[in-house]
Amino acid sequence: MPPSARLAVDIGGTFTDVVVETTDGRTTTKVLTTPRAPEVGVIEGIRRVLQVGAIAPADIAIVVHGTTLATNAIIERKGAPTALITTDGFRDSVEMALENRFEQYDLYMDKPPPLVPRDRRFTVIERVDARGRVLRPLDEAAVAALAERLPALGIASVAVGFLHSYANPEHERRAGAIVARHAPGLAVTLSSDVCPEIREYDRLSTACANAYVQPLMASYLARLADALKDEGIGCPLFLMQSGGGLLTVEMAIRQPIRLVESGPAGGAILAGTVAEECGLDRVLSYDMGGTTAKICLIDDGRPETARSFEVGRVYRFLKGSGLPLRIPVIEMVEIGAGGGSIARIDALGRIAVGPDSAGSEPGPVCYARGGTEPTVTDADVVMGRVDPARFAGGKVRLDPAAAETAVAASIGAALDLDVAHAAHGIAEIVDENMANAARVHAIERGKAVADRTLVAFGGAAPLHAGRLAEKLGIARIVVPSGAGVGSAIGFLRAPVSYEVVRSHYARLSALDLGAINAMLDEMAAEARSVVRLGAPAAELTERRQISMRYVGQGHEIVVALPARRLVASDAALLQAAFDDAYRHLYARTIAGHEAEILSWTLNLSTTVAPPARVAMPRPNGAAVPAGERSVFDPSRRRHVAMPVHRRDAIAEGALVRGPALIVEDETTTVVPAAFDATVNAIGYIVMTRRGGSEATP
Amino acid sequence: MTFSPIELQVMWNRLIAVVEEQAQTLIRTAFGTATREAGDLSAGAFLPDGRMVAQAVTGTPGHVNSMANSVMHFLRVFPPEATRPGDVFITNDPWMGTGHYWDLTVVTPTFRQGRLVGYFACTCHVVDIGGVGLGVESRQVYHEGLAIPIMRLADANGLNEHLLQIVRANVREPVQVEGDIYSLIACNDVGARRLVEMMDEFAIDDLTPLGSYIIDQSRAAMLKAIRALPAGTYRNTMRIDGIEAPIDLVCTLTIAADGIAVDFAGTSGMSSYAINVPICYTEAYASFGVQCVVAPGVPNNAGTLGTVKVTAPVGTILNAPRPAPVASRHMVGQMLPDMVFGCLHQAVPDRVPAEGTSCLWNLRLSGGTGLPDIDPNLLSNATPFNITSFHSGGAGARPTKDGLSATAFPSGVRNVPIEVTEALTPLVFWRKEYRTDSGGAGTQRGGLGQVMELENGEGSPFAISATFDRVVHPPRGRVGGLPGMTGRLTTRGGRTLRAKGRQSVAADDRLIIEFPGGGGYGDPLDRAPERVAADVRLEFVSAEAARRDYGVVLDAAGGVDVPATEALRARRRASRQAAE
Repeated sequence: MPPSARLAVDIGGTFTDVVVETTDGRTTTKVLTTPRAPEVGVIEGIRRVLQVGAIAPADIAIVVHGTTLATNAIIERKGAPTALITTDGFRDSVEMALENRFEQYDLYMDKPPPLVPRDRRFTVIERVDARGRVLRPLDEAAVAALAERLPALGIASVAVGFLHSYANPEHERRAGAIVARHAPGLAVTLSSDVCPEIREYDRLSTACANAYVQPLMASYLARLADALKDEGIGCPLFLMQSGGGLLTVEMAIRQPIRLVESGPAGGAILAGTVAEECGLDRVLSYDMGGTTAKICLIDDGRPETARSFEVGRVYRFLKGSGLPLRIPVIEMVEIGAGGGSIARIDALGRIAVGPDSAGSEPGPVCYARGGTEPTVTDADVVMGRVDPARFAGGKVRLDPAAAETAVAASIGAALDLDVAHAAHGIAEIVDENMANAARVHAIERGKAVADRTLVAFGGAAPLHAGRLAEKLGIARIVVPSGAGVGSAIGFLRAPVSYEVVRSHYARLSALDLGAINAMLDEMAAEARSVVRLGAPAAELTERRQISMRYVGQGHEIVVALPARRLVASDAALLQAAFDDAYRHLYARTIAGHEAEILSWTLNLSTTVAPPARVAMPRPNGAAVPAGERSVFDPSRRRHVAMPVHRRDAIAEGALVRGPALIVEDETTTVVPAAFDATVNAIGYIVMTRRGGSEATP
Repeated sequence: MTFSPIELQVMWNRLIAVVEEQAQTLIRTAFGTATREAGDLSAGAFLPDGRMVAQAVTGTPGHVNSMANSVMHFLRVFPPEATRPGDVFITNDPWMGTGHYWDLTVVTPTFRQGRLVGYFACTCHVVDIGGVGLGVESRQVYHEGLAIPIMRLADANGLNEHLLQIVRANVREPVQVEGDIYSLIACNDVGARRLVEMMDEFAIDDLTPLGSYIIDQSRAAMLKAIRALPAGTYRNTMRIDGIEAPIDLVCTLTIAADGIAVDFAGTSGMSSYAINVPICYTEAYASFGVQCVVAPGVPNNAGTLGTVKVTAPVGTILNAPRPAPVASRHMVGQMLPDMVFGCLHQAVPDRVPAEGTSCLWNLRLSGGTGLPDIDPNLLSNATPFNITSFHSGGAGARPTKDGLSATAFPSGVRNVPIEVTEALTPLVFWRKEYRTDSGGAGTQRGGLGQVMELENGEGSPFAISATFDRVVHPPRGRVGGLPGMTGRLTTRGGRTLRAKGRQSVAADDRLIIEFPGGGGYGDPLDRAPERVAADVRLEFVSAEAARRDYGVVLDAAGGVDVPATEALRARRRASRQAAE
C-alpha cells in the first residue's frame, strides 16, 4: 500500500503542535517549542504522534509545516546582518517610512527600527522612471566594488531595491547577478522578485525582511529536512504560506517572507473547511489563544485574502506601528485579546484588558507560576467556567483562590464590585473588544457580520464565542473538534499554490491587450513552474484578480478577472464587475467616472476536493448532563448551578439547553442562556440561538 | 433606567468603535489624497445638545478639536425642532468649521423611532475649493474660493442638487470634490446606523445619561491629571518667520484646580497674507498640546476638551476675524503645541519635547499653464498637473529620547510615496534623504530634517506653492539643547526661493528643499560619547559637528577617542564657566 498518512507541524511561540491523519483518524500532540533548534521539538512531537497512532515513518505521504521562526526573527531582530543596495539619493526610504505618527497623543512614541540600519544601506548610481524607462544606467563597476566590500563588513544577506523596479526590474537583476558573482557567499533578494509593486517603502521593507530572515530559514529548513530523513520520513515537505497555500522547500528558501503568518493562516483554512463541511456560505472565523484573538471573514469556504501585512508592531497590534510586508496573506484582524491578556483599571477608572499578555510564563495568576495580574483566564476561572482540576486535560492544576484574590484586588476593589462581578466585567470588556474589532474589520471589508456563523477554535475561543455571538447578533456557532490544534489541522487542508502579482497601470478605456496578455502569460508560467515542483500532475485551479479604483481614488477594490487571455470586449465586463463590487461596498457608483487598474494578481493552486458535507444535526431528545457546577450567570447576576456535559458523551442531535457548559480535555464551551447546543455527525458542537434562524443553512 | 458600571463601559467602548467605523468609511471612500492617503479628517458622535461624546482616534488634531465645537453652530442654525429625518447639513465656513474653506464639515442628525437621539459629524480636506488655490497669496477670505454657509445638503427628498451644481461649477476637480461630499454623507450614515443598533441592543431611548457619564468620567480624569500639576501661571514666547514681518507668539498658561487656561494675549497682529488663524483652529492645536502632556490616554470628548479654555484677543494672528485670509492657517496653528510645551515645561520639567519643525512642509507642485512669471505660450505642450505631497522636517528631542526624524508633529499625517507622485506627474525626484547635522545637538538629539531634490522630467518649468516656516527662526532646543537647523529652498542653479508663495523653477533647473531639524534637549556635552559616535557612523551627525557641538573626538576607526573627548569637554565646560 502506498504511504497515505498526512502529517502537519505548527511551531508556535510556546507550543509545537503535531497532527497526523490517516484513514483511521487523527492523532494530535503538543510539545514545548525548542527555540534554539526548533527541529528538536518537531522531531519529538512527530515521534510521539507516530507512537500513539502506531504509524511507521514510511507510511507518511506528506509533511506540512508552518512556523513562527521568521516572524520571531524579525520581532526580536535576530536575523542575519543585512545590507540594502538602493538608488542613489534614496538611502533612507526604509527608515523614513511614512513620515507619520501612528499614535497621535504619545510624545514618546518610537518608530520600529529598520531591519537594515543606515550604515548598511548603500546607494549606487542608476535610475528608472515610473514608466520603466532608464534615466541613468546602472553603474555596474560600483556594484561590483561594493559587493566585494560586503563580506568584510560582516554582511550575510543583501537586498537590492531600486526605485520603480516593479516597472523595469533589469537594473535589480543585473545588480543581483553582480553581487552573486563578486560575493558568492551572500544571499540575495531582489525587491522586484518578492514584491513587484509600486510604493517604495512597502516594497523595500518587504525585500529587506526577506533578506533578513533568509539565511536563518535556509539553514533551519535544511536541518529539518535532514532530521526528517534521519527519522525515515523521506516524503515531500511543504511549507505553509501566509496566503493559505503550500510552498515547496526550495521556494520557501528563496522567499521565506511568504511564511510569516502561517499559523493563523492554517486556522483560517480550517474554518474554511468547516464552512464547506457544514454548508455555511458566510462564516466569521474566530481563533482565540493565549495572547491574541484572530478574526477572519470566510465567504463560500474561502478566507478573504489581501496583499499587505504588518509584522512586529512595536505598539502591540496598533496599526502602523510595524513593518509593512506586501505578500499574499489571509486577511484577518488580530487583537491583543487572549486567555493571558492582563486586566487592569485605566486612568478613567475603567477596566482595560490587554493588549499585553502574561503569556505562558508566568501565565495567568491561577497557573501559580508567579503571575500577579489578573487575566482573562483568571476571570473565566473565577466565574466557574473552567474546571480547575481538568484544565488542559489535567496537565496544569489551577489555583482558583489565587485568581480570586487577584481579580478582587486589581479590579473589584477599584470598582467596588464583588469578585464575581469584577470577573464578569473582565470577560465583558474582552468580549466587547473582540466584537468591536470584528465589526470594524467587516466595515473595512464592506461586509456584514450578523448574518454569519461563528466558527470558534483555539483554546480560549469556546469559552467566549457565545457572548461574542450575542454581541454581534450572530445566531449560530460551530466549535469543530481538535480546536486546540486548529492551525495544524488547517495545514492539511491547504492546496499547493503560488501567487504572482504585477503592478501594471491601465485605464479601462485604453487597455493595451498585447502587453497585458503577454504579462499574464508570463505570470501564469511563473506560477506554474513553482506549483509543478510540488504537484507535478495534480489538477490546477487558476484565479486572476485585479485591483481597481476610480481615477483619483487612493484605495483599490479587488475585481475578478477571467482566467484566459483578454479580448477587447472585456473592458465592458470589467467595468460591470467593478461597478458591482463598488456598489456592494459603498452603496453607490459614480456615474461617468473612469476606472483604472493598478495591479494584477494570479493565483495558481492545486484543486482541493470539497470535503464531505455534513448535515446540520436534527434535534433528537435531550442530552444528559454529567454533573453540574456553580457558574456565574450574568443575567441573574449571581452564581447558579449549571449543567455540565461531556462533549464526547453528547449524541448527535441530543440537545443541551443553555445555560450550560460542555467540557473536553482541551477546552470548555460555554452555552449561553439564549442558545441550544448539540453535536453533528462528525462531533462538531453546533449552538443555535433559540428563536433565531434555525439549523437550515 | 440604570446601568452597571460594566454596562456603561461596554457602551462607551462601543461608541468609540462606532466613530472609528465612521472614520474608516471616510478613508475607504474618499477621493482627495489628504483624506485617503494622509488621514487628514475627523469623525465624531454628539449628544442632542451638541456636546461631543466620542471621537475617532483616526484624524488630525486641527480637525479633531475644532469639529468638536462646530456642531454647536449647526444647532443654532438648525435647532432640533427644525430638524427632520433625512436631513444632512454642511458648511465650510472657516470660523464655524475647521479653519479654512478646504475643510468640509457634514453634520447628520440621527433619529431612532422618529426621535432625534444625537448627531454625527465628520470633516475632510477636499482637493480644491476654487479661488486662487491653497497658498499664501489670498488677501481676503473671498479670494480663497467657494463659501458654503451652514445649510441643508440633503433632506428626506434627497440631495440638494442646487448646492452640488454650484460646487461642481466652482472647483477645479468637481468629480473628486463631489465624491468626497458623498463620502462624508456615507460615513455619518454608517455611524448613525450603528448607534441605533447599539441603542436597540441596550434598550436605551436617550443617549444623554450615557453621554453624561462619559463626559463626566473624562472630565474627572482630566481634572485629576491637571490637579497633579503645580498650579500657577506660566509664560512663553516664540518668534517665527511670518511673511511681511516676523510673528511673535505669546502664550500665558494658567493651571488651576478647575482646568487649564491658555491665552495668547500679546501675540502679533494679523498678516495681510493667508496665514491668519481662526480661533477655532487656535483652540484645536493649543488644547491638543495640553492633552499630549497632561492626559494623553483620556478619550477626546466634551468633558476632556472642556477642561482647557483657549483664548486669543480678536485681531491677533491667532484670532483673525472674517474676512481675513486663512487658507494656510496650519502654518502658524501647528506651532501652538510648541507654545504650550514651553509653558508646561516650567510647571513640569522634563516632560515636554524641544521645539520641532512643527508646521508641515507639504510640497504643492504644479505644471502646465498658469505658472507664475512664465510665458503661458511656452507651456502649451507641458503636461498639466497639480499635486500635494505631505512631508515633514525633524521633531524636537524628548527628555529621554532623540527627536523623531522627518516625522509629522503635531499633525501626524502620512506622506505620499515618491513612486506614486512620479507616476501621477512628470516630476522626477533625485534625492530624498536625511539631512546630516540638521537635528539640534543635545543630550537627546533633535530629529533630522530631510533633503529633497526634484525637477520636471519632461523639460518644462514647474511651480511650488511654498508655505514653509522655520527658515529664519529655527526650532529652539530646551535645557541647553541647541536649535535645529533652519530650512531652505534653493535650486541647483543657485537661486534662493522665498519660503512662502508660489514660484516657478526653470525647465533646466532642479528644486532643492532642505527641511528644518528639531531642537535638541539637554546639554550636548552630556550626550554619551558612544551615542555621538553611533550618530557619526550612521552619518546623522558629521565628525566635525561631533567635535564642534558635542565635544566628542573620534579616532580613525570611528570609535570614541576617550582621553581627547574628556579633555575637550573639560575645556569647553571651563570656558563656559569663565564666560559666566
